[in-house]
Amino acid sequence: MIHPVLGSFFVQNPNFLAVLYIIAFSLFIQGLRGLAAPTTAVRGNRIAAVGMLIAVVATLLNRHEGNWGLIALGIALGTAVGIPAARQVKMTAMPQMVALFNGVGGGAAFLIAWSEFRLTHGYSHTPTYIAIFSLFAAIVGSISFWGSNIAFGKLQEILPGRPITLGAGQQAVNLVLLTLAIAAGVDIAAGDSSQGIFIGLLVCAALLGNAVVLPIGGADMPVVISLLNAFTGLATAATGVALNNTALIVAGMIVGASGSILTNLMAQAMNRSIPAIVAGGFGGGGVVEGATGAGEHAGVVRSTSAADAAIQLAYANRVVVVPGYGMAVAQAQHAVRELAKELESRGVEVVYAIHPVAGRMPGHMNVLLAEADVPYDQLKEMDEANPEFPRTDVSLVIGANDVTNPAAKNTPSSPIYGMPILEVADSRSVIVIKRSMNPGFAGIENELYYEPKTSMLFGDAKSAVGEITAELAQI
Amino acid sequence: MIVASILTTNLAILVLAGFIGFVVISKVPNTLHTPLMSGTNAIHGIVLLGGLLVIGFAGNGTFNKIILVIAITFGTINIVGGFLVTDRMLEMFKAKPKPPPAAAQDGSAAAGGAAGAAQDGGAPKDAGAH
Repeated sequence: MIHPVLGSFFVQNPNFLAVLYIIAFSLFIQGLRGLAAPTTAVRGNRIAAVGMLIAVVATLLNRHEGNWGLIALGIALGTAVGIPAARQVKMTAMPQMVALFNGVGGGAAFLIAWSEFRLTHGYSHTPTYIAIFSLFAAIVGSISFWGSNIAFGKLQEILPGRPITLGAGQQAVNLVLLTLAIAAGVDIAAGDSSQGIFIGLLVCAALLGNAVVLPIGGADMPVVISLLNAFTGLATAATGVALNNTALIVAGMIVGASGSILTNLMAQAMNRSIPAIVAGGFGGGGVVEGATGAGEHAGVVRSTSAADAAIQLAYANRVVVVPGYGMAVAQAQHAVRELAKELESRGVEVVYAIHPVAGRMPGHMNVLLAEADVPYDQLKEMDEANPEFPRTDVSLVIGANDVTNPAAKNTPSSPIYGMPILEVADSRSVIVIKRSMNPGFAGIENELYYEPKTSMLFGDAKSAVGEITAELAQI
Repeated sequence: MIVASILTTNLAILVLAGFIGFVVISKVPNTLHTPLMSGTNAIHGIVLLGGLLVIGFAGNGTFNKIILVIAITFGTINIVGGFLVTDRMLEMFKAKPKPPPAAAQDGSAAAGGAAGAAQDGGAPKDAGAH
């Protein structure tokens, strides 16, 4: 038991709180450093979680006001929703789950700002800077909340992944919404305490969040989530300044800064620029028409059977497996491993070519194939795999699409032009396992499918690969 | 004596924290982009503290209480869900212990050797596409 007098001294001494906050954000920084390297990442995340626990407990110990029941209710509800959501989400659905978690963080920021506004009667008798930071948190938090929800909807395929845009007027509309939100903020900071203006500010920011993310294509969504993540960090830091809370300032700003760096790194890996992503329309509008047109004159699609594919593979010397999101969705990695074993037993050399952003999560393919016990030295990164395609007899593309599209190299008008791809089209023949001819995540046609050397095996990746293995056993 | 105001002190902290954020994340392998995004995402769930502090002043206003309970719920989801989901993602990067007998049963010496190699490098290496 804590001594009743001494205990209250420690607990309610503001320096005690400050020290605990310093420990908490030191752990955040240490944790983030750990997260940046594969060997220390698991520990890094746990270190940061301990820091968070310390920050929350320290805050609870040092608050003097009531409403404990409501706090317990909020934390219980949040835990009851958060734990099952994080436990049950499928690996393929991770990015949209992160979007949701990010969105609620932004939601908390704008709701807190709203209550600050209401409890101070429109920031009366508070310094102007507090109003400014609180209003910043309201606008940015609201953008992040709505933008993240749209990102979730697109990745979860509740909303179409294709860009939804107002056309040429989009930028103007965004600018008007932003101006209105800022104008409402200036009005409130200058002394207007009307509820209506604050709600108007929230509505403008909400519409802006929708208007900014809706025109962005599904393929860019992980980068957008990372950007919104940085936004929520900034909103958190602003909340901290308004509340004079060091833990919020430090943690929020670190996330704001590291999140921007990370957004930039992710955009680089996909050879995209952040302004181009935010400008939107990737794989959308007239560009799609052009790409589809190119597909139309490229000729016909050859479809093949599992038996033919098996023969083609059995007599190859070198086979490169190119896995993509389709393999992840179908959970076909074990079937793929079985097929590779069967081929290897016949003396065929099998390697896997991994595009850095294959799937919907960087590192997705490495993780799935490692799970199926694919030998690590058979996994080839893009730079290593590409020079080897010309001496490859068969490239077996399993549920990968945009990352193999030669348009990225050959068609300057294509929206994915310039994106680094696996140069599958250089190999002697290509077998593509795919559910249908539907375009991939970027919403554009793949010229590869119309190449004379390409044959398509339509079907679910797992069953198609299983059928090939069965046919192979009979040869 | 001139004392720095609360605002300037907080601005100094803000700027320094920003620099730390830039420095901490200098180079990250592609494979870790998503877990890192998810981990930083969990950290900004600290906004929960704002809800914990402000709700003490909510007084009798039912509406204030409702939005603050929602804010606390949101903040908790952000923290709990964020750290858990990051942990789950990172579990996949752990080196999996592989029983040697399984490799031997493979029958193929090449496969056995390769499985051993996989065990050494259980964590996917840097995709190195920067």
